[in-house]
Amino acid sequence: MAEIARPRRARRLGNIAVQVALVAVVGGLFYAAAVNAARNLAAAHIASGFGFWDNTAGFDISQTLIAYSSSTSTFGRAFWVGLLNTLLVAGIAIVLATVLGFTIGIARLSRNWLVSHLAGGYVELIRNVPLLLQLLFWYNAVLKTLPELHGSMTLPGGGFFNNRGLFLPRPQFSENFRYVLIAFLFGAIATLGLSVWARRRRDQTGERFHIRWVVLGLIVVLPALVFLSAGTPLSFRFPNLGRFNVQGGVEILPEFAALLFALSIYTAAFIAEVVRAGLLAVPQGQTEAAQALGLRPGTTLRRIVVPQAMRVIVPPLTSQYLNLIKNSSLAVAIGYPDLFQVFTGSVLFITGQAIEIVAVTMAVYLTISLCTSLLMNWYGHAVGVVER
Amino acid sequence: MSHVMKRVATALAFALIVAFGTQAASAQATLKAVQDRGQLVCGANGTLAGFGLPDPQGNWVGFDVDFCRAIAAAIFNDPTKVKFVPLTAANRITSLQTGEIDVLSRNTTWTMSRDTSLGIDFADVNFYDGQGFMVRKSLKVNSALELNDASVCVQQGTTTELNLADYFRSNNMTLKTVTFATADEAVKAYDTSRCDSYTTDSSGLYGERLRLTDPSANIVLPEIISKEPLSPAVRQGDDAWEDIVRWTHYAMVNAEELGVTQKNVDDMMKSANPDIRRLLGVEGKFGSGMGLTDDWAVRIIKAVGNYGESFERNVGQGSPLKIARGLNALWTKGGLQYGIPVR
Repeated sequence: MAEIARPRRARRLGNIAVQVALVAVVGGLFYAAAVNAARNLAAAHIASGFGFWDNTAGFDISQTLIAYSSSTSTFGRAFWVGLLNTLLVAGIAIVLATVLGFTIGIARLSRNWLVSHLAGGYVELIRNVPLLLQLLFWYNAVLKTLPELHGSMTLPGGGFFNNRGLFLPRPQFSENFRYVLIAFLFGAIATLGLSVWARRRRDQTGERFHIRWVVLGLIVVLPALVFLSAGTPLSFRFPNLGRFNVQGGVEILPEFAALLFALSIYTAAFIAEVVRAGLLAVPQGQTEAAQALGLRPGTTLRRIVVPQAMRVIVPPLTSQYLNLIKNSSLAVAIGYPDLFQVFTGSVLFITGQAIEIVAVTMAVYLTISLCTSLLMNWYGHAVGVVER
Repeated sequence: MSHVMKRVATALAFALIVAFGTQAASAQATLKAVQDRGQLVCGANGTLAGFGLPDPQGNWVGFDVDFCRAIAAAIFNDPTKVKFVPLTAANRITSLQTGEIDVLSRNTTWTMSRDTSLGIDFADVNFYDGQGFMVRKSLKVNSALELNDASVCVQQGTTTELNLADYFRSNNMTLKTVTFATADEAVKAYDTSRCDSYTTDSSGLYGERLRLTDPSANIVLPEIISKEPLSPAVRQGDDAWEDIVRWTHYAMVNAEELGVTQKNVDDMMKSANPDIRRLLGVEGKFGSGMGLTDDWAVRIIKAVGNYGESFERNVGQGSPLKIARGLNALWTKGGLQYGIPVR
């Protein structure tokens, strides 16, 4: 034993030494680059460092999720505004693309000729046209075909729709609304507890507890009753047509809509293929066995096929999510104020500090992507079938 | 979307050059580099009528283009020895910093922060401009002060973007800014009535108006809301090169002051006026002081004419833009253009 152990340990130590040396070399290279950059910038009389972060930005941003004003907010604030806009459009697009992608992926396997060929046509059309082209198509199609301000479509319920965007009534919550929230929260927690209890009972006794109606009562009826008894603590501020623009109300910019459509529709085509591959990877015998046990087709898909398919689906699905997040930076082509447009755009051109700003932007996209991967890996483990 | 790629590419190239490059582009060498290369590389607009735009045959024309041709003429006695690089507002400064271009002649506003923190220097103001607004006539707006709550399309990375916010704020008005990476996109969005108004330097407004579907349905409002001294720029640290760029401008202004034109320059060499004789190199050794020949100014005037000629041909009465001389008239005629004496 000892004779084998020694060379192995020696080899391991050697490996560690090589790796440490490699890390040192790479680290040294980065350090040298940083020092060299600082020296070159100083020699060329170009400002460097992050002193600009707290300076007043001075420019406006068309969509801000947090308070922002051109006169008082800083470049740092503009960074956060851009980052949140990126997360907003990417987050919603991921949800839409997933729903659409799963639907189309499943539809493509349908026995109905029309359904499966429509789904196939969608995939082939969408995934073979460059995303940027689709984005410009959506933006220009959306912009050019929608009515102008004074020919706005009026929506039932008091909204407007024109080439400046979609304007909806803005909900105004009064103080009593928190009771509704509390009731909803209570309902949600109770539902969670109930479902755990119901599953455990089913596992032990085999009896099923039909949770559906109770959940409806807890999550919908209970908050609704509280809402009514608290004196309907919710009102709406309706948008109205001004001389130049629609004022008041919630505003959905055409730039946002175009980017959202383009990203979700494009990515959905790829997700559909991932889903199809995943479903096909589950052996036919599984479906047949489920049918033999008397499970209905819907239940078979939900309980037997999809859980096994998820093992295959999740890793490539993660890649698609990452692509979507990075592709959201195409916003710059249509003027949607995402991180890339605001920070690597306006802020960079005003301050001129390319190195710092490009580095920060890269680090941010890297962080978002790594977090997404982490989340998806965790999800993959959670939903994956446990091998017995 | 080449400009998006180009923006990323220039930013990355800049980062790489700065991080790994040695201090190559060191100062005093620009004139020699240009002479060795056999042509001047000039950063120009590329989409702005009157200032920098290739004509249908691909020849670059415009006021800013003329300025680069003048420099090339002074160096090579050949105004065609220029390579024009079309730049957006976004990548113009980086292109100059990285040494991709020798001189930036692209309606660029001289500001303190650009002068002091970007590693570039401005030669001198060759066009006094100010920011204005364009609106559709159908809006029946007569003053920028009526634009409260309007949507305004603007190009990113410009002083315009900043002035716009300032102007609305100081007049207690609100606005909705829609920001685009290029003037092209901003103008297109304005043309499809995504915005009520388009704003840029007023000289630019006249140029961009020509590109709209129906130019006559749009007007430029009378208000000028900012000072926009447009100036050619060079990298900081090569004073000899900066001198050549600066004196190219003064040569053109002095020529106008002294009545020297593209046509009469040969006759003027025989003039007895000592100012003219010094400018045209008949007397003194002023050109050799800059590393050029003494007939440098003659070459410039033969190539593009004097300041007034270049102005009128490109943006003034001889052009579709019809911009009045205004602040750009000679100081003797109530303007601000003032030739520094050749002495």
